Amino acid sequence: MEQLVKLIPLFPLISFALIGLLNRRLTKTHAAIFACTGVLLSFIDSVLIFVSQSSHFHPVEVSIFDWISAGNFKASFSFLLDPLSSIFLLVITGVGFLIHVFSIGYMKDDDGFRRFFAYLNLFIFFMLVLVLGNNFLVMFIGWEGVGFCSFMLIGFWFKDQKNNDAAKKAFVMNRVGDLGFLIAMCLIFFTFGTLNYTQLFQPGFMSQFSFDATTITIITVCLFIGAMGKSAQIPLYTWLPDAMAGPTPVSALIHAATMVTAGIYMVARTNVLFSMSPDTMQLVAIIGTATALLGASIGLFQNDIKKVLAYSTVSQLGLMFLALGLGAYTAAVFHVVTHAFFKALLFLGSGSVIHSMGGEQDIRKMGGLKKHMPVTYTTFLIGTIAISGIPPLAGFFSKDQILSEALSHNPTLFVLGMLVSLMTAFYMFRLFFLTFHGKFRGTHEQEHHLHESPFTMTMPLVVLSVFAAFAGFIGFPHALGEKLGIHNWFDHYLEPVLGKTASHLSLSTELTMMGVTTALVVIVILIARHFYVTKATLPMAENVERPAVQKVIYNKYFIDEFYYNFITRPLDALSAFLQNFFDNKIVNGLVNGFGQVVVKGGAFVRQLQSGNINAYAITFVIAVILIFSIFIF
Amino acid sequence: MLTLLLILIPLFSSIMLFAFGRNHAKAIAFTASVAELAVAFATLNAVQTGQAALLNIDMPWLADIGIRFHINTDGISMLMVLLSTLLMPLIMYASFNRNYNNLHTLYGLMFLMQGSIIGSFVAMDGFLFYLFWEIALIPIYFIILMWGGNNRQKVTFKFFIYTLFGSLFMLVALIYVYLQTPDRSFDIQALYAAGRQLPVVEQAWVMAAFFLAFAIKMPIFPFHTWQPDTYYVAPTPGVMMLSGIMSKMATYGLIRWVLPMVPQGIEEYGYILIVLSVISILYASFISIVQKDFKYLIAYSSIAHMGLISAGIIACNAQSLQGSLMEMLSHGINTVGLFFVFDIIFLRMGTSEMKQLGGIRGLDSSFAFLFFIIVLSVVALPFTNGFVGEFLLIIGLFQANAIAASFAGLSIILGVVYMFRSYQTMMLGETNQLTAGFTKLTMQEKITLIIIVTLIIGLGVYPKIVLGITESSVQTLLQGIQ
Repeated sequence: MEQLVKLIPLFPLISFALIGLLNRRLTKTHAAIFACTGVLLSFIDSVLIFVSQSSHFHPVEVSIFDWISAGNFKASFSFLLDPLSSIFLLVITGVGFLIHVFSIGYMKDDDGFRRFFAYLNLFIFFMLVLVLGNNFLVMFIGWEGVGFCSFMLIGFWFKDQKNNDAAKKAFVMNRVGDLGFLIAMCLIFFTFGTLNYTQLFQPGFMSQFSFDATTITIITVCLFIGAMGKSAQIPLYTWLPDAMAGPTPVSALIHAATMVTAGIYMVARTNVLFSMSPDTMQLVAIIGTATALLGASIGLFQNDIKKVLAYSTVSQLGLMFLALGLGAYTAAVFHVVTHAFFKALLFLGSGSVIHSMGGEQDIRKMGGLKKHMPVTYTTFLIGTIAISGIPPLAGFFSKDQILSEALSHNPTLFVLGMLVSLMTAFYMFRLFFLTFHGKFRGTHEQEHHLHESPFTMTMPLVVLSVFAAFAGFIGFPHALGEKLGIHNWFDHYLEPVLGKTASHLSLSTELTMMGVTTALVVIVILIARHFYVTKATLPMAENVERPAVQKVIYNKYFIDEFYYNFITRPLDALSAFLQNFFDNKIVNGLVNGFGQVVVKGGAFVRQLQSGNINAYAITFVIAVILIFSIFIF
Repeated sequence: MLTLLLILIPLFSSIMLFAFGRNHAKAIAFTASVAELAVAFATLNAVQTGQAALLNIDMPWLADIGIRFHINTDGISMLMVLLSTLLMPLIMYASFNRNYNNLHTLYGLMFLMQGSIIGSFVAMDGFLFYLFWEIALIPIYFIILMWGGNNRQKVTFKFFIYTLFGSLFMLVALIYVYLQTPDRSFDIQALYAAGRQLPVVEQAWVMAAFFLAFAIKMPIFPFHTWQPDTYYVAPTPGVMMLSGIMSKMATYGLIRWVLPMVPQGIEEYGYILIVLSVISILYASFISIVQKDFKYLIAYSSIAHMGLISAGIIACNAQSLQGSLMEMLSHGINTVGLFFVFDIIFLRMGTSEMKQLGGIRGLDSSFAFLFFIIVLSVVALPFTNGFVGEFLLIIGLFQANAIAASFAGLSIILGVVYMFRSYQTMMLGETNQLTAGFTKLTMQEKITLIIIVTLIIGLGVYPKIVLGITESSVQTLLQGIQ
């Protein structure tokens, strides 16, 4: 078993190394085969482990080598396989593999084909390290490693400065979060003397130490700041929409299915700490809800197919944090899983569309793609229904679980969560109708070029749509499940790590809630249909003056401008001031002024500046040796 | 014996080069630097197997005034020796195919510098340390003066006077403590004992005097103004020696001579130095952001890193000290790497102004890749050597002063801002008229960078080889203080 665990991240690392080292000596086909095989092997490995552990889970700890130790600080490079990491392993390698396959077709004509696959493999490696790590520091390796790969892949087309800016923005914002993570690690070590999960989360371990509630609150808030950066929560979310500059498979893999859920994984992993601090939990719930609302509302007016999906991701991640904040860790992880399926599906679907449209991403210029791209159309529809939360597709179950948790905790949060899902249904169907229905609005050339994507691209779409449709049943609602005798497998499976889901609604409340939400969602979809199919309204063109509220939302609440004017620019000004005035004039001026006084009397050094350097040097060395020789004689 | 050899080989090599090296400068220099490295490894073996007889030399020298020729290598000295001996062949190799006049003299001076720096790393007598410390200044002064760029007279003069000025304070403090020893001795243990008996306030003054000398050398704010210009005018081998190796004399000096000599002073007033160091980190990081020239950028970012090392040393616990030692090595490797990247670009483009460059990645992707790994280490990404040092420093500093550590942590954000900005400006984007002529790296250049990158990742993944060297000596040092 230990060997199997060690192998999981090793496969993609090896394929990364092979592709990286051989590079041009590999044909594109070989590079693609290496890359996909690496991830496929990890997936098979993860499945094997999963199956062998399915009856009763024995957590496995694997220590690989001592990494950093100093004094009483010890962090080994070690892995922990438990139900939580095993779920993430399956998602990462499974969805990861499909996206690798998709990329073969998508990146076929790109010069950087090999480089692309090398980065993807490296990303998978770091992501696996992130979820397998048995201490915070190993998680941090993965954490920063995926950020680095994300940087490389957002700026994959590095000749365009816009991509580079987006890449840097993503990395810098992530680093802001990472500082929180770093400080949290310092505090945890300072308080408990270890960063090791198995030790730390052992029942009764923490109670041996004396600490006050504030410490735990600070620790968890710092951890949460780390999660904000990685999982694009307010105020550190603005990098994610910009990250769409990267190739679309990257958006699907990194910026939807896996990396951005690392923050949720982290909170779930450290749930013991979070549960100890009600204040932090409240903060998490509030930030999550606010982000969900913000993302969804911006999504309503975006016209770039990928931007809509990006804001949708921001918003869905917000919902997951809402669940975490309510203590419903399992619900959050459940939504991570279903979201990975349908959002990867949607992104890949958008990739298929963009591919067919010759790079066009503006939905105002699409329309009527249904008849040209039947597979993409059908699978995209499944994804759209799934994310909108219509039973019995996957998104329904996970969203329902979050909403029912909200309902039993706090009606306000429930209403807001509901609002988010209604907006989601609207912007997704808006996107869907504008893209696939109605008349084609692009150029004649584009229309001529329209085609269904090749098999390597449609196959992943089909597989993902199957999961997006049926994966929800692993987490069947409790009350209804009891009635029907369907067990909530997912909750039960994660119980050893995440604890029992506390609140259960009564059967009647649960059914009413499901009925009402579903009905509302259907109404919203019909409204969207009315606007975008029946009346065939088009979103406004870029240059049209919008009504005030819409203008604010369309411009993403001017948050980017706010950051630029109130953070970036003042800091640049400070830097310039320090350099040009303070450093040059004041500090250096003082030193020079003082120096002047000394120099007056010390002209002797100048005399050394001429003459034969060799002669001086030899004299000097001999003198040195003479001085030292005194003791010998 | 081995310890003495470590000093003598470079000195001997420098004489050889001055006298007979005109025609075979490269061969002599490279062979000698590799031989020195071999001796360093032999010394490492002796240190790890505890063969004191091979390491320790303690003879009376100027007996009348209590000065002994006492040299020894413990784990801490060993790491410093490894730093200087490891980088030396690399710096030499990097300078091949660069046409310096009077190459033999340049190499000779570099060896002289190496010998005296190593001397300061192994000296166990206060006076001896001071002597080596001062001697090391002279060769670098000539290196910059003879091979430097524009305006070198003025710049070197300032550099020389400024550092000399700082050293005087150290000398005064040394003599002051020396006068407190019962039998007038400069021996390290005697000085420790005498220092520890001083009243706290006097300890603080001794600390301050030493720190002034060291702060100038590292350098840290506000004693840094000599450094950017000096780095800028210095020839590449010189600036590599200066920033990669010589600046570590100061941080080493803090560990060896200040922490154990005036522990109470550190405990009571060390926070002032920590605050100063942290200001230095932030100050230099901010200034780095607006640098237009890559070489100045390296100079200022170097100040930021040295500030963190300095803060960590004063924090004085196992993590921060181990981290500072690791970071000294990493900083040495990384700055040599960065200055070599500068050299490669400057040689081809005739400028290191970042705005004028761009698009180089499209012309030589392996160069960009190697350069980027160095950048990653500078911004302390896990699995690079830079991370190990900085992480230990921050977690160590945190235990001494959580707020200072949090502010110091800001450098991981600012570092990304300036390092990534410079990388992107120079390497990414489209090529322009100037950079279109960028020729691919030669084999020799590639090998140099590959060695550096291998060290970066190797030490980042398995830092134990370094941390293991210093571990027991750091323990001993900390026990001595308590």
